[in-house]
Amino acid sequence: MFFSEAGQFSTSYAADRRILRLRQERGVVWAILGVALLVVPFVGNDYWFSAILVPFLVLSLAGLGLNLLTGYAGQLSLGSAAFMAVGAFAAYNFLLRLPGLPLLAGFVLGGLVAAVVGVFFGLPSRRIKGFYLIVATLAAQFFVQWVFTQYGWFSNFNSSGVISAPPLLVGGYDFSDPAGRYVLTLLVVAALTALAYRLVRSDLGRNWMAVRDMDTAAAVIGIPVFKTKLLAFAISSFYLGVAGALWAFTYLGTVEPHGFDLTRSFQVLFIIIIGGMGSILGNFIGAAFIVLLPVLLSNLGGSLLVGIIDVEQTENLQKIIFGVLIIAFLIREPDGLASLWQKLRARARLWPLRH
Amino acid sequence: MEFFFEVLIGGLLAGIMYSMVAIGFVLIYKASGVFNFAQGSMVLFAALTFVSLLERGVAFALALVITLAAMLVMAFAIERAVLRYLVNRPPITLFMATLGISYVIEGLAQTLWGSQVHGLDLGVKDEPFEVSGILLSQFDLFAAGTAAALVIALSILFNWTRIGLSLRAVADDQLAALAVGLRLQRIWGVVWAVAGFVALVAGLLWGARLGVQFSLSLVVLKALPVLIIGGFSSIGGAIVGGLIVGASEKLAEIYLGPFIGGGLENWFPYALAVVFLLFRPAGLFGDHAIERV
Repeated sequence: MFFSEAGQFSTSYAADRRILRLRQERGVVWAILGVALLVVPFVGNDYWFSAILVPFLVLSLAGLGLNLLTGYAGQLSLGSAAFMAVGAFAAYNFLLRLPGLPLLAGFVLGGLVAAVVGVFFGLPSRRIKGFYLIVATLAAQFFVQWVFTQYGWFSNFNSSGVISAPPLLVGGYDFSDPAGRYVLTLLVVAALTALAYRLVRSDLGRNWMAVRDMDTAAAVIGIPVFKTKLLAFAISSFYLGVAGALWAFTYLGTVEPHGFDLTRSFQVLFIIIIGGMGSILGNFIGAAFIVLLPVLLSNLGGSLLVGIIDVEQTENLQKIIFGVLIIAFLIREPDGLASLWQKLRARARLWPLRH
Repeated sequence: MEFFFEVLIGGLLAGIMYSMVAIGFVLIYKASGVFNFAQGSMVLFAALTFVSLLERGVAFALALVITLAAMLVMAFAIERAVLRYLVNRPPITLFMATLGISYVIEGLAQTLWGSQVHGLDLGVKDEPFEVSGILLSQFDLFAAGTAAALVIALSILFNWTRIGLSLRAVADDQLAALAVGLRLQRIWGVVWAVAGFVALVAGLLWGARLGVQFSLSLVVLKALPVLIIGGFSSIGGAIVGGLIVGASEKLAEIYLGPFIGGGLENWFPYALAVVFLLFRPAGLFGDHAIERV
């Protein structure tokens, strides 16, 4: 009933190929965007902006980047944080060394540098696949972190290797307060998400999925496998790079190379496992889960279990819960929370009938 | 030149320590095709359990037996709770499940035993002595001897026992093994238990060297390039890979470090592994996959 497509006919190819084909879908998406952009900035408080909403959005974008590579193109990567670091440090240096460069151009340039680095570390995918490829991405992870700590130039010779956000000015408006940073992040993430939706439905996206499902078969039907993989590395790293720049500038404000360590890579990987591999919506659900669960657990631990469990133990407990959840998801819901959403949607279509 | 040999031999011996962790990987990969990221946390769990028992006044031998029993229980629990439900899933799913397992084991180990650093004394001194002008560490030699004993014990287990025979059968062809009546699930449990035993040995050696602490679980990151160079399915490969990684990272640190900056042992083995892979995509001794559509 809510999602009925009855009576909605596509009268042109363009209409048929829309991402949001149903009136209801368009309504929901625009409503969410409208509320997020026009209502939330005025009603939210600073804690929500800087501790929950901004990291949620940035991690969704990072998850999206990894999902393009792992969920769509099938190339497992444990080096996401490295590409985030490249994006952050590159954007920082562009904005520092080219005075007058617009902030958004800095993000784009940072993303492009990350893409180049991504392509470089994707080169081994010509001969290596599967688990062996993890090594190439781990090489990226450790090498990039080492370079940024070793060579002071990248952090403008800051004694502790920390980079700080430039003034967040876009088109004369100052986005430096928490609400502004939220809006800026939201706009960037929304634009890149829309682009990703187009991308995975383009022929490049179809090629990615063919390579993911079986690259030998993809090669047989004439898909340029290596080029497709490299493009996946490039575009995924671009997204991760922009996410890294946002992480550094709009979320943390200051960040050191250590902030992009292997733990961060795992965090991004968990987002796509929990959210759903090969789903764009899933990244947002997964990121919400990853951001909210620790908050929830520490609140629970703070109120219910005072005295029984100390702070250190909640951290361990959190680890166990994460581990169990990941295993549970892989067993019960291999397509992640996004597939729950799909089922819900299918139910809503028939409601109030059952079949 | 003497200095070169000293670095080389020190590196080779350090490499054997990496091999110890890598062997645990190889066992599980061979028998079930699972790339077990949790091996590092199993090392941590084993070492932490053993040390904590010792500190509570349990005798050395008894602590060893209890820890072994704990690893055994853990192995079968993992099989029962996780692997059983993931049969026939893509290898990447299984890999990610072991990531989850490693989180659970790490959390569990630290919940049970706390996260402070423990010292572990195996009664072997970590003091260098001189052999024809080259400084050698007694502890390194002890570790090498242990590794050799471990490899011999494993090859006896694999080649001359009934259980080893079934392990090899499963590694060779799971379907065929099922068809002749082998119980796959029990065999997986056994393999994980053997890997748990290897983790215990590795944990004791690494723990004696670094102290038993959380960073012990990170040795898994040292073992990865070792595995890649040696190939996932060869115990001999794990040893050779360990030697190559150990020697080359020490040599790189000494001879390359001054030019591009120190502390490169974190990424150098990986770069080396990638170069190896470009020439031999399945490692030195790995099985070459034949693909068909």
